[in-house]
Amino acid sequence: MDNKFNMTVKNCDLYYGDFHALKNVSMDIDEHEVTALIGPSGCGKSTFIRIFNRMNDLVEGCRVTGDIRIGGRNIFDKSTDVPLLRKNVGMVFQKPNPFPMSVYDNIAFAPRTFGMGGIKKRRELDAVVERSLKQAGLWDEVKDRLRKNAMGLSGGQQQRLCIARALAAEPKILLMDEPTSALDPISTGIIEDLINELKVNYTIVIVTHNMQQATRISDKTAFFLLGEVVEYGSTEEVFTKPQNKKTENYITGRFG
Amino acid sequence: MRTKAHKRKVLKYVCLKIAALCGLAISLAALVSVIVFVLMRGLPYVNAQLLFGDYGKSPSIKPAFAGTMYLIVISIAIAAPVGIGSAIFLTEYTNSKSRLIKIIRVATETLAGIPSIVYGIFGYLVFVAALGLKYSLIGGGITLAVMILPVIVRSTEESLLAVPKSLREGSYALGSSKVRTIFSVVLPCAASGIVTSLILAVGRVISESAVLILTIGMVVNKMPENFASPGTSLALDVYYFGSHGYPEQAAATGAVLLVLVMSINALATVLGKIFGKGELVNG
Amino acid sequence: MVNAYRFIKSRDKIMRGVFMFCAAFSVLALGCICVFLFVNGIPFINRVGVSNFFGTRWHLSGASYGILSMIAASLYVTALSTAIGVSVGLLTAISLYKFCPKKVVPPIRQMINLLAGIPSVIYGLFGLITIVPFLRERVSPNGVGYGILAASLVLSVMILPTIVSVSLDALNAVPKSYYEGALALGATKEQSVFKVMLPAAKSGILAAVVLSIGRAVGETMAVIMVIGGSPVMPKSLFQSVRTMTANIAMGATELLGDAKTALVSTGVVLFFFALLLNVSFSLLKGGEKRENKSSQKKGA
Repeated sequence: MDNKFNMTVKNCDLYYGDFHALKNVSMDIDEHEVTALIGPSGCGKSTFIRIFNRMNDLVEGCRVTGDIRIGGRNIFDKSTDVPLLRKNVGMVFQKPNPFPMSVYDNIAFAPRTFGMGGIKKRRELDAVVERSLKQAGLWDEVKDRLRKNAMGLSGGQQQRLCIARALAAEPKILLMDEPTSALDPISTGIIEDLINELKVNYTIVIVTHNMQQATRISDKTAFFLLGEVVEYGSTEEVFTKPQNKKTENYITGRFG
Repeated sequence: MRTKAHKRKVLKYVCLKIAALCGLAISLAALVSVIVFVLMRGLPYVNAQLLFGDYGKSPSIKPAFAGTMYLIVISIAIAAPVGIGSAIFLTEYTNSKSRLIKIIRVATETLAGIPSIVYGIFGYLVFVAALGLKYSLIGGGITLAVMILPVIVRSTEESLLAVPKSLREGSYALGSSKVRTIFSVVLPCAASGIVTSLILAVGRVISESAVLILTIGMVVNKMPENFASPGTSLALDVYYFGSHGYPEQAAATGAVLLVLVMSINALATVLGKIFGKGELVNG
Repeated sequence: MVNAYRFIKSRDKIMRGVFMFCAAFSVLALGCICVFLFVNGIPFINRVGVSNFFGTRWHLSGASYGILSMIAASLYVTALSTAIGVSVGLLTAISLYKFCPKKVVPPIRQMINLLAGIPSVIYGLFGLITIVPFLRERVSPNGVGYGILAASLVLSVMILPTIVSVSLDALNAVPKSYYEGALALGATKEQSVFKVMLPAAKSGILAAVVLSIGRAVGETMAVIMVIGGSPVMPKSLFQSVRTMTANIAMGATELLGDAKTALVSTGVVLFFFALLLNVSFSLLKGGEKRENKSSQKKGA
């Protein structure tokens, strides 16, 4: 893949069987920016970000049309290497989903998939694990329990573990699907700070229900409604002077 | 307001309830008495000669222990990988609407419904008659493997389905291939359930006898030398002793078999509970 | 790097093939069973004549291979044991469903599950050392303990765990709202259970019945130890007779040649019975699923 990792979506439609879930969506997302996707439940935000790492491939009867490019390359091209795509486009899910194995093995999962590991590279792997955990701000809390089962961590720690796990694959883009909706306010704060640090190195697309969160962390905001992008622009503009009446209604809390 | 007819009706249902409670009492009494009688009649005759003695002096179940071990090893060695592989294919690889899946499901269900004596005939026709192996433990073991296959497939499938989808997604999102996802995430998560089902399958193998009459030869008085020898099993010994004039040995062997099978099944239950609590709490 | 990926992809394909083969193994095994049974069993029936094979005389020295008496014995034993087992088992399930203190139900269920795993030969042994002597000394008019009654009693105990747990599951699957609705209409607890819940669970209970018929008709070891074994038409409950399964098992180690093939043909007949029950079981299961679906729709 190229060194550029900007994402462009043109005229994208997505269907689950007969259900038309995304309607003619177009959006350009630049590198090193945090883009927040807001909108009521079921409006297609999560479906939309799952296009970029082709997670929708796993859904039976899901069909995507349109032109979706990362760094200029069509990711739905036949020659696309889907595992490599997913390595470059990391994902953090709504509910923390650490694997029921040790903290270390969780972080080392992707590096091992892509050929790291073995006795020789043991040190390298240790370094990756440490670096990823530090990036996710979790290192100090778990450095003494790397060999313990990850299921023993608190919810907030688990979610940061999942972020660290995604970072260990050395992605360029990070997709986050409501990463704080299952967490308490303190953990949420920690993760928001983390996102602000990470955007220096990564392109982040985050789905959120929480509009304050969108204003706190994002550079750009897209408002989704019933599978369409109603408004997309800099976060400040979308929240202070929305162009569309529907956006205004939503962000002022009149519906949704 | 309450008429006589109404009262009679109510009374009728109270009688039915009493009948139901009697049914419960009968069931429990019957089932408990099976265990109690077999143990009471059998345990007094369990002794060193019966368990480990030389068959030359008086009946011993040493050859049966050996035969049973052979059968467990052969049948689990075949049925476990095939059954687990089959369950993986059914849960991880295909959508439920596919025609192949339907055929496989019907076949598995049909296999589960075939009487064990019919498996015995099949084993006889294949291993003794067609392949000319004579009566052998290997023939009996393979036939048993086919027989316990549906059990393993079904319970493994349940364990695999119990692994949360979010873990599979997590693995794919990290760029894992399907095979890596299956072997590194799905199978380890389902391991406890699969182990439990294998223990239950061992219990099935130990319990089975009808299929063995036709395949391993019921040679009760000789230690099997290898996989190809004819032999006997504990369950078969119970039948042999019972129908050849050794009622005491039959009862004693029955008691041994009963204790063995119940402990294996209890072990599976306990393990299932322990594992069930420990894992996937947050799943 | 690129090569590694190619390797991973081909490994994915290979493993898919391996798993598919494992899954196809069941189909293959079933096919083999059918072929081996039919190829060996059906020509024999043709050769000795259908009327001979389905006749009443089993005389090996006279080349008479009639298994009608055994089919009859199998049916009698199955019918009687199912009748006893189902009535007691269903009553048990009903008591466990509503008429028991809630606390004792899980341990009793666990015990019943444990009992479902007892080897059938143990049930046979139990029959041999308790039921047969009891019948011989206390009940039998002719001093014979072996026979249809002994086998049926043994089998009915053996199928109890299956009936209890399957029909209890069927009862538990009936929406609670039915029960509450009946109570709200002024029915007593007993009336609601027997008049509303029981009929609503009927296809699940029928499935339990078919399942236990299947176990009874195919059971060998528990039967063979208490049935006696004479190949004659059953005329009394206390008379040594022979079921199809007993016929196969008894001759298994001794007979040779045509007589052995006759056992294979007996197996074919038994196999047909099993298939028939299998089909009716899956039909009933399908019916139960449909019913639950429609009731859920009504509930929503």
